[in-house]
Amino acid sequence: MEISIRNVRKTFAAFPALAGVDLDIASGELIALLGPSGSGKTTLLRALAGLEPIDAGQIKFGANDATHLSVQERRVGFVFQHYALFKHMTVEDNIGFGLSVRKGPDKPDKAAIRQRAQELLELVQLSGLGKRYPAQLSGGQKQRVALARALAIEPRVLLLDEPFGALDAKVRKDLRRWLRELHDKTGVTTVFVTHDQEEALELADRVVVMNRGRIEQVGTTAEVYEQPATPFVFDFLGSVNRFRGEVQGGKLKINGLSLNTDSPLSGAVEIYVRPHDLRIVEDSSPGLDARVLSVQRTGPFVRAGAKLAHDGTRVDIELSHLDPLTAALVPGAQLRLLPAIYGLFPPEGGAPLKTLPDVVANAVPEQRGDRARA
Amino acid sequence: MNPFKPKQRRAIPGFGLTLGITLSYLSLIVLIPLAGVYFKAAGLGWDGLLHTLGSARVLASLKLTFGSALIAALFNAFFGLLVAWVFVRYQFPGKRLFDAFIDLPFALPTAVAGIALTALYAGNGWLGQYLEPLGIQVAYHPLGVVVAMTFISLPFVVRTVEPVLAEAEKELEEAAATLGAGRWITVTRVILPSVWPALLTGFALAFARAVGEYGSIIFIAGNIPMVSEITPLLIIIKLEEFDYAGATAIAAAMLTLSFLLLLLINLFQAWTRRSRNR
Repeated sequence: MEISIRNVRKTFAAFPALAGVDLDIASGELIALLGPSGSGKTTLLRALAGLEPIDAGQIKFGANDATHLSVQERRVGFVFQHYALFKHMTVEDNIGFGLSVRKGPDKPDKAAIRQRAQELLELVQLSGLGKRYPAQLSGGQKQRVALARALAIEPRVLLLDEPFGALDAKVRKDLRRWLRELHDKTGVTTVFVTHDQEEALELADRVVVMNRGRIEQVGTTAEVYEQPATPFVFDFLGSVNRFRGEVQGGKLKINGLSLNTDSPLSGAVEIYVRPHDLRIVEDSSPGLDARVLSVQRTGPFVRAGAKLAHDGTRVDIELSHLDPLTAALVPGAQLRLLPAIYGLFPPEGGAPLKTLPDVVANAVPEQRGDRARA
Repeated sequence: MNPFKPKQRRAIPGFGLTLGITLSYLSLIVLIPLAGVYFKAAGLGWDGLLHTLGSARVLASLKLTFGSALIAALFNAFFGLLVAWVFVRYQFPGKRLFDAFIDLPFALPTAVAGIALTALYAGNGWLGQYLEPLGIQVAYHPLGVVVAMTFISLPFVVRTVEPVLAEAEKELEEAAATLGAGRWITVTRVILPSVWPALLTGFALAFARAVGEYGSIIFIAGNIPMVSEITPLLIIIKLEEFDYAGATAIAAAMLTLSFLLLLLINLFQAWTRRSRNR
């Protein structure tokens, strides 16, 4: 079922959790709401479920206006971070709960509910555990039961609030892959909230990046990663180097370096470059001179912190450990760097550039790894 | 083989010592005095026992005591749950003050409670003067026993249920709502089952407290033999008549009944808890 969200607003005691959100979700899509805490992603998810009444705006499920429907009437499947299973009920009764509370002719008989619970247990690969109690299951199993319970009511949309947040890294990875397969099998329109950019990029069809109650960018995983629309998205999805330059007549000038650009900006700009897009070039080629400060090997990557010669900005460089250029990465070595892929944004009100102190020059988030290789 | 001796060394040492102290302490404080009651009562012999306990006055008092305690505990189970619910779920002015009031029956000397209740419910009391014309007699009537027992056992249910309700995740209710459950179903099938063990504990405590209550009841009950005379009072009467064997016989009967009932409640509780492994 497609969802349309129009100008949805919600304020908590003067804090705008949702400051006018518009979003269209296609039927059968798997969408990630990604953002830091306080960005409004969970509020938006809860607003879709009807758990959070909204101050203004409209939410439509298909052609139906759902804005004023109660939680019960919306028929959404909701999965909570901490499972929220009914502890006094068996797994089977948990899954059957949604069907057993139906009234009148809609209510299936006991045998039918059991039958459905069995089917769902099979779907979530927990056959045979129906008679157990939640206390007897592992975290990953609990979350799969929670998912089965949500699917039992044949929800119009499936909403997951940081579904893997409480699980350890290994289980999280497995469940992620499994959820993707399950989604492809069931085709239920699914929206999930996460603050983990790797999770969003790996699992979703499209990613909605949120910040301060607004949507910063909506796009496929490739789009948001490779063409970030705002400095925030650039920064939030992976790490980024920032330094100053100037746009003049179709040329981007950084110190003595001049590059062709079709940017509509002119005058002073900030250049955003991901560490692996900062190429090491021959000394004779045009580029920016830098001096290596520190080098660290992290998994399959070699990361170096360096200082630009012309203005002292610290930058990170990342190479695959197989790259022969890693030989050049020695503390104190002189390099010539060229931004291969970059974004241009207006400078942030003359604020100082983000420079990294020497000691944490290699403190690069580990998540960046997978995408950088791609 | 000694069943109390652990086969392997345990991570937490001192099992033997602490168990020994626990059992000695329990014996000294509880078991030995109680055994004394049975021992003394046994002096009457079977015939004497049956004669004492079979008397209509004793039977009537036992029925009154246990019956009233049951009603009072049930009453408190319901209203105590309600009070706990309101205290956990809502904020209102004066909440802390009301919260302190709940514990008052704990702190109050029971005689004070008895005098206060009697002053309220006597025929010329604040409430009594309106109730009696309606044909509702509280003071000097079995109803007075129930009222006094309810008063003194209120804190037990409130204080046992409160923390459990406070801990209950709000998400459980939200989960039930997304699955289509209305408020009533959510309360009866999701919230109540999660507080059920605590409620049962509170009920058992309230019941035990009510059965043992003496001070407040003798003021309000009027102590009419066969009508509003509770068993603890009957024991005192026997003692004042120097009928020690008779007094202990009644005491032993009370003890046995109380123990059986508490055991029953405990077993029931174990049965409800068993599945949850919590």
